[in-house]
Amino acid sequence: MINEIGHFALVLALGLAIAQSLFSLWGAAKRDLTLMTIGRRAAYLQFFALALSFAALTNAFLVSDFSLAVVAENSHSAKPLLFKFAGVWGNHEGSILLWVLILALFGAAVSWFGQGLPVTLQARVIGVQGLIGLGFLAFIVGTSDPFLRVFPAPLDGRDLNPLLQDIGLAIHPPMLYLGYVGFSVAFAFAIAALLEGQVDAAWGRWVRPWTLVAWIFLTGGISLGSWWAYYELGWGGWWFWDPVENVSFMPWLTGTALLHSAIVVEKREALRSWTILLAILTFSLSLIGTFIVRSGLLTSVHAFAVDPERGVFILGLLAIAIGGSLILYAWRAPDMKGGGIFAPVSREGALLLNNLLLATAMATVFLGTLYPLIIEAINGAKISIGPPFYSQTFVPLMVPLLVAMGIGPLLPWKRGDLVKLAGRLKLVALMTAFVMAIVLWKDAGQLWPVFGIGLAAWVISTALVDLAGRLGLPKASLAVAWKRAGGLPRAAYGMALAHIGLAVAVIGMVGSSFWTEEFIGLMKSGDSQDLAGYHFQLEKMEAAEGPNYQARRAIVSVQDSGGNKYTMEPEQRFYPVRKQTTTEAAIRTTLWGDVYVTLGEVQKDGVVLRLAFRSMIPWLWFGALLLVLGGLLSLSDRRLRVAAPSKVSEA
Amino acid sequence: MGRKQRRLIIILLSALCLAAAAALVMLAFRDNIVFFFGPSEIKAGKVQPGKRIRVGGLVVEGSVVKVGEKVSFGITDGNESVDIHYVGILPDLFREGQGIVAEGVLNQNLVFTASEVLAKHDENYMPPEVAEALKKSGHWKEGMEQ
Repeated sequence: MINEIGHFALVLALGLAIAQSLFSLWGAAKRDLTLMTIGRRAAYLQFFALALSFAALTNAFLVSDFSLAVVAENSHSAKPLLFKFAGVWGNHEGSILLWVLILALFGAAVSWFGQGLPVTLQARVIGVQGLIGLGFLAFIVGTSDPFLRVFPAPLDGRDLNPLLQDIGLAIHPPMLYLGYVGFSVAFAFAIAALLEGQVDAAWGRWVRPWTLVAWIFLTGGISLGSWWAYYELGWGGWWFWDPVENVSFMPWLTGTALLHSAIVVEKREALRSWTILLAILTFSLSLIGTFIVRSGLLTSVHAFAVDPERGVFILGLLAIAIGGSLILYAWRAPDMKGGGIFAPVSREGALLLNNLLLATAMATVFLGTLYPLIIEAINGAKISIGPPFYSQTFVPLMVPLLVAMGIGPLLPWKRGDLVKLAGRLKLVALMTAFVMAIVLWKDAGQLWPVFGIGLAAWVISTALVDLAGRLGLPKASLAVAWKRAGGLPRAAYGMALAHIGLAVAVIGMVGSSFWTEEFIGLMKSGDSQDLAGYHFQLEKMEAAEGPNYQARRAIVSVQDSGGNKYTMEPEQRFYPVRKQTTTEAAIRTTLWGDVYVTLGEVQKDGVVLRLAFRSMIPWLWFGALLLVLGGLLSLSDRRLRVAAPSKVSEA
Repeated sequence: MGRKQRRLIIILLSALCLAAAAALVMLAFRDNIVFFFGPSEIKAGKVQPGKRIRVGGLVVEGSVVKVGEKVSFGITDGNESVDIHYVGILPDLFREGQGIVAEGVLNQNLVFTASEVLAKHDENYMPPEVAEALKKSGHWKEGMEQ
């Protein structure tokens, strides 16, 4: 009965999406308040209908109702409760349902928080959101119905892929989707602006918080995915330039660019049509991201199902959404004349450079990801493009980006002064040189890490110098500066925190790439091995039993150079339902890196162990956390203006 | 500075950025494209030894030999097979009879030294490259891919 209600609510949501787009867009064209109000109400109702439908599906997973095909395929009665819950989106049908649920959530949020927007703009945004929802609901109802029954119902399910039975992966997809789908609001704002024919400072101010929300979730989602790969796949890598990672990274790059160019629109009314284009591109890449992965076009653990009917539907949706919006852009954007004039050396200039570099970087990732598909389509050759391609294309582009990232905030709007800038950079150069000297002294062998960490130090010290400058230091007294500190907008702290976060993450990336030490070898009980100042000893092997798996566990005692002793217990788990093995690494985090032990093959004369010291890795995760916190801090600054946008200019 | 000059500078800057990226991409493409081959193609001498390639096929039953961290095994497309050497921990999903893809270098004696072995899917999964190789050799059976 609950399943039928869920199914009914799903179809009802489809109808409500039609009403939402129809009444909103029609009402906006006619300037009819009643119609627009109906559209707004439909957005709420669509969200409630989808929430009901999702709740029904969740219920089916929690009570292990194997009469539903998705539950039978992807769940098991012995699975822990958390993973029964996470299993709702661990499959194609459920994950698309979650996708539209989040879309409807954002639609309802625009209806709720956007009540201070000009009515026609708001109605158009809601209308465009309704159209997107309509497309995907038609996709679900037509080709991916989660409420399909199987008869007779099997006694037990086929279980969820054990690799996905993990807390990181339980929250990774919803976070990622909140990011992807969040950009639909920026997209809808862009389309609405094209329909209205007006983009001004106010538009930039309205679109920023929505973009920021999406960016925060996408940043979190990507980091979680990377963290999961690091500790769950057991090879200690955190980024593989796998097509699936790349497709989530591309909207992040353009989304980051959008976040910065919207500032220029808000403050200076320049780069308007470029910002619109970025908003369209970012959401288009999010769509491509979701569906390239789901369609099985690129092979990966994420590809749930390969079904030609779905593929064609997806391709059609993509063509309509991306093609349609680009045509609209080509038609309406030329009407937007350029805004405020600025010199190349200025805040706008630096932000423009940021945009150019991020867009170019995205293009290299795009090429690297899709080139194999293009080549295969042309002459059938199977090729692959690995990490070396990206370290030769993407990484060099990040160097000028980091340099500009440091300078940008120090430059004034409109026109900067190189002499003044040089004066402010003196201290920064000193701090950077100091850090580089330390790295060089500690690691005499290599120049690349000195350079990479120097760049990070550059970004961190400019952010600090910028903050100090805003507080009036060094001229003002500390007491005055302390007083001013409370008066600075939170966005200023948010920016500094996010920039520092990226730099800290860069330190983690550089350190882990250059200084990681690893040993792989056969060890018997009692054997020991020294690595990176740690003394490892395999004490014994033992067996363990989990709720839906059996495990083999190695007890490894570790002693660090300070004499501290502890034991680490890497496991290999066997999941009988899927006959699949997973590796559970044992990780101990220290300030300067992770001690990382994984258990390989058990052989008759011992076990293969992988012992590693993964240098600086915790800095990567901490940096990602700072990025998210910086975003949240900026968002809290703007919260009030989301609800009550006004033309009052800020200081 | 006038509007036109500003626009010119922006255009020049964008062109510079794009040109730099294009140059980087061209260089990287030249060095880093890894081609895929099946065992039959390798035995037919289509592969230049010493070049980085990917090979794929089904792991030959009973061929896996492990000595400590060193592993060797054969992969086949039904007609021909190629020996693969690898040092390290094999992925969790590596199993005899299963389709895998390995990346590495072929030597003069047509023995493949892998630096990476990929088998990151569930037990029913067949990498599309492997499926292709099996189809080419005529050993593809309907229903192998689920």
